[in-house]
Amino acid sequence: MSLDIGVWIGALLTLGIFSFLYRDNPFYKLCESIFVGVSAGYWFCVFFFDNMVRKFYFGVFPSEAGIEPKYFLIVGAVLGALMLTRLIPSIGWISRWPLSFIVGATAGLYMMLFFVSNGLNQVADTMLPLYRETAGGDFDPAETLGTILVFIGTFTGLIYFFFSKEHKGLFGGAARVGIFFLMVTFGAAFGYTVMSRMSLLIGRMDFLFRDWLGLLG
Amino acid sequence: MAGHWIAVAINVVVGLTLVWVLVRTIQGRPIERRIVFVYIALAVATPLFMKLEAPLAETPEVQSIVTTIKELPPGSRILISFDYDPQSAPELQPMAEAFIKFAFKQRHKVIIMGLWPLGPDQANQAIRAALEDPSVAELAPEYGVDYVNLGFQSGNEFVIQGMGSAFKNMFPQDERGTIYDNIPILRGVTNFSNVDYVQVFSSGKPGTREWVQVAADRFGATVGGGTTAVQAPEMYPFLRSNQLIGLMGGMTGAAEFEKAVEELGKANTFLLSQMFAHATVIVFVIFGNIAYFRSRRRDASTDAPTPGGIS
Amino acid sequence: MRREVPLLITFITGVVFALSYFIPGGWLGQTERVFGDWITIVQAFAVWLGVLNLLKISLIKIQRKEHDWGYSVVIAVCLVGTIAAGMYSGFAPQFESFRDPETPFNFIFRNIFAPLGATMFAILAFYVASASYRAFRARNREATILLIASFFVMGGRVPLLDSIFMPIIDGTFFADFAGWIMSYPVTAGQRAIAIGIALGIMASSLRVILGIERSHIGGGN
Repeated sequence: MSLDIGVWIGALLTLGIFSFLYRDNPFYKLCESIFVGVSAGYWFCVFFFDNMVRKFYFGVFPSEAGIEPKYFLIVGAVLGALMLTRLIPSIGWISRWPLSFIVGATAGLYMMLFFVSNGLNQVADTMLPLYRETAGGDFDPAETLGTILVFIGTFTGLIYFFFSKEHKGLFGGAARVGIFFLMVTFGAAFGYTVMSRMSLLIGRMDFLFRDWLGLLG
Repeated sequence: MAGHWIAVAINVVVGLTLVWVLVRTIQGRPIERRIVFVYIALAVATPLFMKLEAPLAETPEVQSIVTTIKELPPGSRILISFDYDPQSAPELQPMAEAFIKFAFKQRHKVIIMGLWPLGPDQANQAIRAALEDPSVAELAPEYGVDYVNLGFQSGNEFVIQGMGSAFKNMFPQDERGTIYDNIPILRGVTNFSNVDYVQVFSSGKPGTREWVQVAADRFGATVGGGTTAVQAPEMYPFLRSNQLIGLMGGMTGAAEFEKAVEELGKANTFLLSQMFAHATVIVFVIFGNIAYFRSRRRDASTDAPTPGGIS
Repeated sequence: MRREVPLLITFITGVVFALSYFIPGGWLGQTERVFGDWITIVQAFAVWLGVLNLLKISLIKIQRKEHDWGYSVVIAVCLVGTIAAGMYSGFAPQFESFRDPETPFNFIFRNIFAPLGATMFAILAFYVASASYRAFRARNREATILLIASFFVMGGRVPLLDSIFMPIIDGTFFADFAGWIMSYPVTAGQRAIAIGIALGIMASSLRVILGIERSHIGGGN
């Protein structure tokens, strides 16, 4: 069994969170509150040192001669400070300015990024010759079948998402094929979600049995 | 060894009690959720004590990362972004540790950063774990010369966007406060055109997708991903179109990577628990469906609602 | 001032970031880089706003002695304590960085924050299993397809099915099959979703930039 006080604290907190599995209880609520407080404090400090000190402060007041000060960063800090006006209801509306700045920038950037990466590049990789060859120039049946499947699945999946036209007749049939592909996708996503959640639990069990109890050598 | 046989015995007993679960479920008296919890806890914990080998497949998405790193000449610069926090560490930490060890052994230079506030902390842990490895310690990688941690920067994809012009704009100092220009490993590194490979370990947003969108598609960087299993399926379209050159998805991806680079670590140790946990979930899904179909058949034959099934 | 200025700011920043994709150099590229620097700073303030708000709410709850106010005390104490530990770790000359393993701040990270965060997410494993038992049914054709796909992915992505059927089928048949599912049908489905998301984001971004979508400034005209 570990003699490290830190490991003991970690183990007790782990058990506190696990106690929720039985039912909600004060021990769990205590651990939950500690988590909320510590994580907020932690984030505060990380943003303070990595952003405000290293980027902003040393950007405006360089620590070495010869580095040009970036006075324009002060405008960013002023915008950021305006965000805090939200805490004062009478002038809270000013916080919309920095918010609009972030929203506008995100909209402009996303419009292009998604258009290129999720739109153009994905469409380009779907609109390929369906007859595929190996590197040696021979017919590649597996890749040909795969390319056809990707083409059909993408096309019919998009048809399914098109709600401006009633899903009837040929269009409805294509949408039903699209549902098939989407269901396989969701099934795989479920399988991967199970994998993910179990991995996290394994990590905690390993901590308890190996690091805390020392049963795993 | 005693632990192994005790764990096997527990699993045999637990396996037999599943018959009781099946009977109860079919009778329309599903077991309480806390009993399901006990099964999951046992399925995850007991295999940690067992020593069994399982055949692990090689997937092109993981092998592609291994090949890319191997083909880089020694001294190549690899940028690693740690875009996750302790919540996802059990999945991503093993692959990050194995990757860093592998990169050091290939004599590459490692530049670390994070788009998640706790990413650089995870990176430091991974570095420490790598340096404890005797074969890595032998190479004595030096901070600032062979690796550097630039820390965290807020701004999500805007950080990657800014790095496209100059890394220095986003990270004027490393996490220890050393000025960018004074860090030997960063001499000559202006933007993505000066790094040979970008590896992302991510569990959400910002993460692998944002790196593909900005670093790969806009600035032409070669990007490989290491994601949580939840995020992995979303990455397959980018893999097929080569926007992403490789992918390690979840614990299995990590285990395969460890095996491929001969750095067997935690992911391989955990694989057996992962298998048992999946088996338990599959068994419960099957039991639930058996009960469901029996209750449906009973409803159809009696033409009246019965308490059967647990739907 | 309350509506026009935010709309103008949204329009200008949106246009700068969209156009600089095509013209990355010159004054447009320079403006984009300056805006990018500002964003990193504004986002830090946004996080502080959240932290200060949490502190404010906790203190109000304590002052009014509301139900479970004791937990608000814990939140406030942990928050202030962590910040104090962080400031000490960051400014004390004996540490190279506030992340140094010897700092009290890193002690909090390793022994409090990391175990709590990891366990919070880990308990979801139990609920996923319980929900699978109680609700994952092959009720119709679509649900059956979903179930079959998840069966092969769950069983194939880890060496489960390959281990069970090892005496009958040699090698990694089920792992390869799960890989095939991921590489083709899942890629197709995810690609349809990805393209759909792209179209949706492009449309909504345009609405935001042009001021048609105004929910971020309080909505309305």
